[in-house]
Amino acid sequence: MTQTTVFPADPKWEGEGTSRIPFWAYTREDLYKKELDQFFYNNHWCYVGLEAEIPNAGDFRRTVVGERSVIMVRDPDGGINVIENVCAHRGMRFCRERNGNAKDFFCPYHQWNYSVKGDLQGVPFRRGVKQDGKINGGMPKDFKVEDHGLTKLKVATRGGVVFASFDHDIESLEDFLGPVILSYFDRTFNGRKLKILGYRRQRIPGNWKLMQENIKDPYHPGLLHTWFSTFGLWRADNKSELKMDAQFRHAAMISTRGEGGKNEEVVGGVDSFKDTMTLNDKRLLDIVPEAWWNGPTAVMTTVFPSLIIQQQVNSVSTRHIQPNGHGSFDFVWTHFGFEDDTPEMEQRRLIQANLFGPAGFVSADDGEVIEWSQQGFEQKPAHRTVVEMGGYEVEDTDHMVTETLIRGMYKYWRKVMGE
Amino acid sequence: MMDFNTYFELLNLYSDYAMVCDSTEWEKWPDFFTEDAFYRLQPRENFEQGLPLCLLALESRDMIKDRVYGVKETLYHDPYYQRHIVGTPRVLSVTDNGKRIHAEANYTVIRTKFDGDSTILSVGYYHDHIVKTNEGLKFQSRLCVYDSEMIANSIIYPI
Repeated sequence: MTQTTVFPADPKWEGEGTSRIPFWAYTREDLYKKELDQFFYNNHWCYVGLEAEIPNAGDFRRTVVGERSVIMVRDPDGGINVIENVCAHRGMRFCRERNGNAKDFFCPYHQWNYSVKGDLQGVPFRRGVKQDGKINGGMPKDFKVEDHGLTKLKVATRGGVVFASFDHDIESLEDFLGPVILSYFDRTFNGRKLKILGYRRQRIPGNWKLMQENIKDPYHPGLLHTWFSTFGLWRADNKSELKMDAQFRHAAMISTRGEGGKNEEVVGGVDSFKDTMTLNDKRLLDIVPEAWWNGPTAVMTTVFPSLIIQQQVNSVSTRHIQPNGHGSFDFVWTHFGFEDDTPEMEQRRLIQANLFGPAGFVSADDGEVIEWSQQGFEQKPAHRTVVEMGGYEVEDTDHMVTETLIRGMYKYWRKVMGE
Repeated sequence: MMDFNTYFELLNLYSDYAMVCDSTEWEKWPDFFTEDAFYRLQPRENFEQGLPLCLLALESRDMIKDRVYGVKETLYHDPYYQRHIVGTPRVLSVTDNGKRIHAEANYTVIRTKFDGDSTILSVGYYHDHIVKTNEGLKFQSRLCVYDSEMIANSIIYPI
């Protein structure tokens, strides 16, 4: 009799395909650490924030790359520095404020002082303390402040969005995104000044990749989300396109709102469809097309590994994936508008924001289903998902009845991870 | 100052509101508001930085009704119980011959999922403008500013 195990000692991904993803890809701590190294700390541009968050010299904001705490700060020369929030002396995460304005940074423990570029400027008692005619202590003679700055990240900005990388040999942000994804990035961030509307934060007890997958999965929105199916905001009969970069790591889901209503083909038997649903206050869906959309009413862009860019009708946001362990990540939403928005447009963006975020009509349940997926994975890591809607291949499509973007992401994941 | 009857009514408003939130009879939730009322649930960081974004910004009683429908009929979520613990309201001002009350109160909401522990879902305070109407005291605005900025996955039911 063969004994079966749900906890394989030497798990192997069978075959070359990516339509059946092993549950252990979401549950193994060793893989998670490798993902941090391979995706967040090397060879990838990670999102850290928006320029509009730090408009003035000395403005800073504490954020993360992967699990590593970093500070994004506006230099007096106008540029943006990103430095790691770990003191060169004893390793303290010295910056405790979430944001503020500073001329320099110092670690309270021993008062080591750093410039906003991350250079070490001062070490108390460096040359010792004079007492009774002799010098006590002090750092060794060969100690050089130049050797003990904070870890500096490479920074790239485009259209008001700030990316950083610990990897100074990384390709340009433009090459990293590739021409197709870059064009959708530029569609939203086309040089207009952004206006920050505010933040929302949630801790989702699931593997971080599930959030990337959620926004690479156009199959679910018209099914899970009543608002999308009933009002035709996002569902299988919308005119839509799915596009990827050459390595299949990033993607854009592009969709144009349809009429909604009862098309049996797409809502027949769908529990979430509500034939009789109407709004008491129409402002929740007071959609006004904007010139910069160039047609599509929604473009959801995934930038691997850390960022989702949302344009859903008049609501725009960045969503930052901040992993903490294989089974949990923080998800931070920064909603914004544009400096030339009318007060009415700003109010419209704020009201449509009710659809999104940790309480949103079409987002709260995304966090919920990610939690439930993780629970299923932990239960039997030897098993696998079936990501075969639309076939087995990885390809751009002109419809959304497919899971091809998820297959694409795992094609890239397998290549980098060697699994 | 306010007379004791009005204060008694105010206490009832706060405790009745909490009981309705903790029940599943959320159809009664909009009744606590005037027609032009707003209900906002806002993370403290936005409030303190003067950023307008809320977690929920329901700008009329009708929109609050739409939220009730959304919660009851459209959101797939883990079912849970919730329990509000609301502090005694602190009356900031009474104006217009006792017809307008400005008050605030701390709150804690405890969430209990089936098979799970009871954990704190949200801690914050209500900042309220209340008016006397023919049907008793109603909220003209209720702003909930919450300290618990890192939401444990989701908030579904009314706070």
